[in-house]
Amino acid sequence: MIPKSFTAATSEAGVAEIRRMIARHKTWDWLFGLLGTLALLFATLVFAALFGQMLINGVPHLSWEFFTSFPSRRAASAGILSAWVGTVLVMLVTAIVAVPLGIGAGIYLEEYARKNLLTDIIEINVTNLAGVPSIIYGLLALGLFVYQFGLGQSIAAAGLTLALLILPVVIVATREAIRAIPQNVREGAYACGASKWQVVSHHIIPYSLPGIMTGVIIGLARAIGETAPIITIGALTFIAFLPPSPFSSPDHLLSFEWLLAPFTVMPIQMFNWLSRPEEAFQANAAAAGLVLVVMTLSMNAIAIWIRYHFRKKIKW
Amino acid sequence: MNTQTTPSTKPGTELKAQAKALNFYYGDFQALKNIDFPVEKNEVTALIGPSGCGKSTFLRCFNRMHDLYPNMRYEGEILLYPDGVNIVDRHVDPIEVRMRISMVFQKPNPFPKSIYENVAYGLRVRGVRNRSLIDEKVEEALRAAALWGEVRDRLDDLAFNLSGGQQQRLCIARALATDPEILLFDEPTSALDPIATAKIEELVSELKEKVTILIVTHNMQQAARVSAYTAFMYIGELIEFDDTKRIFTNPSSKLTEEYITGRFG
Repeated sequence: MIPKSFTAATSEAGVAEIRRMIARHKTWDWLFGLLGTLALLFATLVFAALFGQMLINGVPHLSWEFFTSFPSRRAASAGILSAWVGTVLVMLVTAIVAVPLGIGAGIYLEEYARKNLLTDIIEINVTNLAGVPSIIYGLLALGLFVYQFGLGQSIAAAGLTLALLILPVVIVATREAIRAIPQNVREGAYACGASKWQVVSHHIIPYSLPGIMTGVIIGLARAIGETAPIITIGALTFIAFLPPSPFSSPDHLLSFEWLLAPFTVMPIQMFNWLSRPEEAFQANAAAAGLVLVVMTLSMNAIAIWIRYHFRKKIKW
Repeated sequence: MNTQTTPSTKPGTELKAQAKALNFYYGDFQALKNIDFPVEKNEVTALIGPSGCGKSTFLRCFNRMHDLYPNMRYEGEILLYPDGVNIVDRHVDPIEVRMRISMVFQKPNPFPKSIYENVAYGLRVRGVRNRSLIDEKVEEALRAAALWGEVRDRLDDLAFNLSGGQQQRLCIARALATDPEILLFDEPTSALDPIATAKIEELVSELKEKVTILIVTHNMQQAARVSAYTAFMYIGELIEFDDTKRIFTNPSSKLTEEYITGRFG
């Protein structure tokens, strides 16, 4: 039924009718607002509760020694030295492998590849890869990196595994950042007589870099907490020595021995402590978890800062 | 529909370029049909016509912009003088064509770089490294684009901090810095206010001393103000090409007359 107001808007009754109608429509506005707020509160409260619990349990154990000690059978003197060093080194390998590969693949798909069935299939599969359970990557890596390539249960194998895991994230972020560059800027560069590589290196890469960096950091933040694939390839759960230093080579060259060293990472250290019966180790796990969450959150903060800082310069 | 004889410029004038039986296809769709079209040296030639008539498509043949996209095909010739190379030939590198023929786009499209780097870009692409030569060329181009006075003290500012009209003049300076033989304008004032538009129009009239100009415009007054020759296009065909004054006072085609008097378009 068409409201009467449509035909009789000029009369007083008509205006009143319009107001009632608007009031009716607006009920849904605040109703949805309320639902949205509740949903948001639920999500943030759950996180806040978990984080709060971890703070309470973990903070008393945080000390300088906690960061500089190896794990120990005695909870009070156990630390995360080997875990955080392992995490940093694994992340380093992951970033060094995933960033150039991901950016290269993204640029190729956006700027070079012809749009045909093959690239469509590749595109869909790249997106699908992002949804593959991480343990599958672990199995692949166990067969390929650990045994086939003979890397063993090493930092290199773990870094490569996590690099595979975040590769789709980097590729998708790269492609989205590139797509945000307006076509007329591209055309402007080509119109100046630039070759494809000149357009890519002078324009496409610099303009999409903030978006790419954001994707890389979010990918690394995901990788840093991954446990399943690392356990699958056989990371140690108890390790009381550090990988050889890259500067330990006698002939003053960078040494890469650490790449093949056994290792552990933060989430595995946590997992190890959590599975122990002694109460005191649970607190250690909470402290390690706190460090891990802070690491992840600061990486996300850096990603957000990069996005805002660099977007200021680019307005399109 | 095209009943007139091969379009020509006034006798005794020198041609800078010439389209001969030019056809252009997007996939199976023929966007340009058998176009013959002369471009007089150091003059302004305007292309007018209703939306979708192919005037921008035609303009973009002159710097092979279409080559950036798949599924397109040129047929026929656009000869660029004095050497007479057919710039739409498959064997001619589009980059070579774009190095000789510059373009200013519909919407100002500066790069998110400094004012200086925007103007210097064409030189950088050509591998020029001599700083003083680049300085000189940047200043010359900015002066020619009537922007030097406004930006001389802030060449390192981001180009996005300029107004729309200034950005468009910056794009003109960018196009001029490499001394192009032809400058293409694709509706350069459609995103600008009337004052900025007037400035660009004035600039176009001045620039013909140095460079041959082809301008697409949806604004008939603009064509009348800036150009020596005007071409009227309709559904991919060149309906009429003539002296601008003649087109606007005494067009020979009925269709042209209807368009310029505002009966359609």
